[in-house]
Amino acid sequence: METISGNDILIIGGGAAGLRAAIEAAETDENLKIALVSKVYPTRSHTVSAEGGLAAAMREYDSVENHAYDTVKGSDFLADQDAVEYFVKNAREEILRLEHWGCPWSREENGKIAVRAFGGMNAKRTVYAADKTGFYLLHSLFERSLLYENIKRYDEWYVTKLLTSDSAGKIGVGDNSGKTSPGDNSTPGICGITALHLKTGKLVAFTAKVVILATGGAGRIYKFTTNSALNTGDGLALAYNAGAALKDMEFVQFHPTAMAKTGILITEAARGEGGYLINKNGERFLQKHLPEKMELGPRDMVSRAIVSEIYAGNSFEGPHGHYVHLDIRHLGEKLIDEKLPLVREIAISYGGTDPVYEPIAVRPAQHYTMGGVAVNLNKETGIPGLLAAGETACSTIHGANRLGSNSLSECLVFGALAGRTAAAHCHKTHAQKHPSADLAAQMKDEENRIDQHLKNDGKESLAAIRNEMQENMDHHAGILRSEKSLEFGLNKLMELRERVKNVGVGDKSTIFNTGLIALLELEGMLLICETIFKTALNRTESRGAHYRTDFHSRDDKNWLKHQLVVKSEGGPKITHQPVTITKWLPSERTY
Amino acid sequence: MQHFTLRIQRYDPEKETVFFEEHNVPWTEDFTVLDALNHIKDKTGASLAYRWACRMGICGSCGAIVNGKPILMCSTFCRDLKQPIRIRPLANFPVIKDLVVDTDDAMNKFREAMPYTKIQKQHIAPTEETLQTPAQLRKLKYASQCIKCMLCYSACPVYGLNKDFVGPAAGAVAERYNKDSRDEIKDKRMDSMTGDNGVYKCSYIGECSQVCPKSVDPAAALQKLKVAGIFHTAKSIAKSASAAISSKRKS
Repeated sequence: METISGNDILIIGGGAAGLRAAIEAAETDENLKIALVSKVYPTRSHTVSAEGGLAAAMREYDSVENHAYDTVKGSDFLADQDAVEYFVKNAREEILRLEHWGCPWSREENGKIAVRAFGGMNAKRTVYAADKTGFYLLHSLFERSLLYENIKRYDEWYVTKLLTSDSAGKIGVGDNSGKTSPGDNSTPGICGITALHLKTGKLVAFTAKVVILATGGAGRIYKFTTNSALNTGDGLALAYNAGAALKDMEFVQFHPTAMAKTGILITEAARGEGGYLINKNGERFLQKHLPEKMELGPRDMVSRAIVSEIYAGNSFEGPHGHYVHLDIRHLGEKLIDEKLPLVREIAISYGGTDPVYEPIAVRPAQHYTMGGVAVNLNKETGIPGLLAAGETACSTIHGANRLGSNSLSECLVFGALAGRTAAAHCHKTHAQKHPSADLAAQMKDEENRIDQHLKNDGKESLAAIRNEMQENMDHHAGILRSEKSLEFGLNKLMELRERVKNVGVGDKSTIFNTGLIALLELEGMLLICETIFKTALNRTESRGAHYRTDFHSRDDKNWLKHQLVVKSEGGPKITHQPVTITKWLPSERTY
Repeated sequence: MQHFTLRIQRYDPEKETVFFEEHNVPWTEDFTVLDALNHIKDKTGASLAYRWACRMGICGSCGAIVNGKPILMCSTFCRDLKQPIRIRPLANFPVIKDLVVDTDDAMNKFREAMPYTKIQKQHIAPTEETLQTPAQLRKLKYASQCIKCMLCYSACPVYGLNKDFVGPAAGAVAERYNKDSRDEIKDKRMDSMTGDNGVYKCSYIGECSQVCPKSVDPAAALQKLKVAGIFHTAKSIAKSASAAISSKRKS
């Protein structure tokens, strides 16, 4: 197997967090060699679909303390408050930095960066670029990245495995805050990756001093999701298989307003600009559930409210199931074209209705994974040399529920931090010049594993297993959960984990083998599903987005803690980690 | 039963052969071409290779030529297309496999547009934004919408004949930055864009703007760059002439 050595930092994933990390590391030291490895061209990353905006305390009427409190309360008090404090303190500067780099934020008449209201935020603090914030942000970052000669891109390379080595740098075990799974000096470090080059079909090893995982979330484990095809949780599976801990996996966000058939996102900004949610009786039904914040409540509560309306028989019913109406007619054509042009475009294209004249049919869809790879304040996992940032990581600032517009800011703040941490590591480590014996064995094993996948003539259908996995998650790990439902789902999932071993990839070729990639992705996704079912079953309370019909109160006495899950002989093993509280003790969460 | 018939041009890179496949897909009112391909792939376990991601027309992955026109498959509805629906890969790019083409060359053209407002690679720690009014921001409105989907490169006959031509999307990006009130490097960018294979190679055929799914109007961008290029070149000539004259005077 060919080995590409000579890189200092490998960044897996080219979305907002990955690109931001690359730029930060490149800025820190022009002699650092940074490889950005992505399974797609960076501008295809799911960041591009983000619509509403990114939050920071921008104005004098606002403060980082307010932003922090809103985030902690939004998280149902599960957020680690030290991480939140770092995040809110640095968010504004990131937005200004992007502005200086040319990102076209929308503006007030006086030329200052504009802000809008968003769910769960008590002040207007969401910066936006029309309603295509992710698109403008991603392209700005991508275009900026072209300036740095020391960022080399590997587009359309699919990472299959993290390579570990006992002799990799033993620095970077963490900042002793005890926030990650124990990593002492006997923990093997990460020294590289193996990746499939889609264009040629070759499996190649890369060695480096640090690897940053920034592969986004895992939404495609669900059938009804806003996520793109790419969100298969690759980084989570890579980390877990290498022995890193995943954290808070049971917490999955459902966005209240996705288009009823396709799951395409209708941004929260539609409500931020004043849109209403209406049931079939013409009522703004959130009056009953969230009397104060109404449409601008946090996503978990708005989604559950919609589900209640459906169960109460107050929803519309159509060929694609039950839905409610998102009404923005009263905002007027001028405002819609200026601030919500993409909403109008997709409602017309994919829904056949013009929101200037008719309400949009919406219902909740999976949208974001609060859970992810456990990292400490510096974005280090428990494995030396392995960092994570963006939706892939669980810092956690979102806890049990993420507030809208905190994710894009997080990608910038923590992407930059991961880049800085990685650069600092490189100055302290000597990279291996030649692969050691254990590395060669790992590479051979991986080659064989991929080969076996290609040779498998099993009769199971990849698409069928994937579909069953997704429907199983929709029905049994959705908005409303119970022990019975979760057990059923877990059993079904374990059956799928067995059946996937007999999938014959229809494509035996090596070049651009989409079947092989889909199978590798599916294996990772099934693994992630298992961690979600197990942690969801374990958590016998309701908090944020994890709602149990059999335990529907929050139980701070027993459950004010995170669940970490690591790979072990007997399957996923769960341990606990306390929530870091600096300022705010849990209080009642009403809106 | 009514159905859609898809006729797909495929390419096997290992055998180096082009071949065609026909598939029927049950008629569904709101099926896009992408939905139809996914249906075929899932049902038949096909090795058919194509790119897709967002399915909402914003990521630019799923470009192909359908019934003779470069389009985004996720934004094109089967019900609107003449049957059989003929699908082939984008033109002007080497085919890797089936509908997947190698767009690296065109992706690299964006570098020539110098798509940033300043050449400054050091870390900055800004405390205030640069002011920019909504009116100033509106100047970028169309050119900044480019999703880098490459339909325009597929449609451009000049790029078809000359792969060194900087091309429509790169032109749009250059225009977007030229028009940004915060831009500080217009001169350098114009140097880059007015080279031998720069904007002057454009013959204003306009196919690029015809096929652009985001109304970027790259043809207009290229014409504006040509005009800006004339002034830029005149200015450079004047500058070097005046420098030559003053140095001659000194000697």
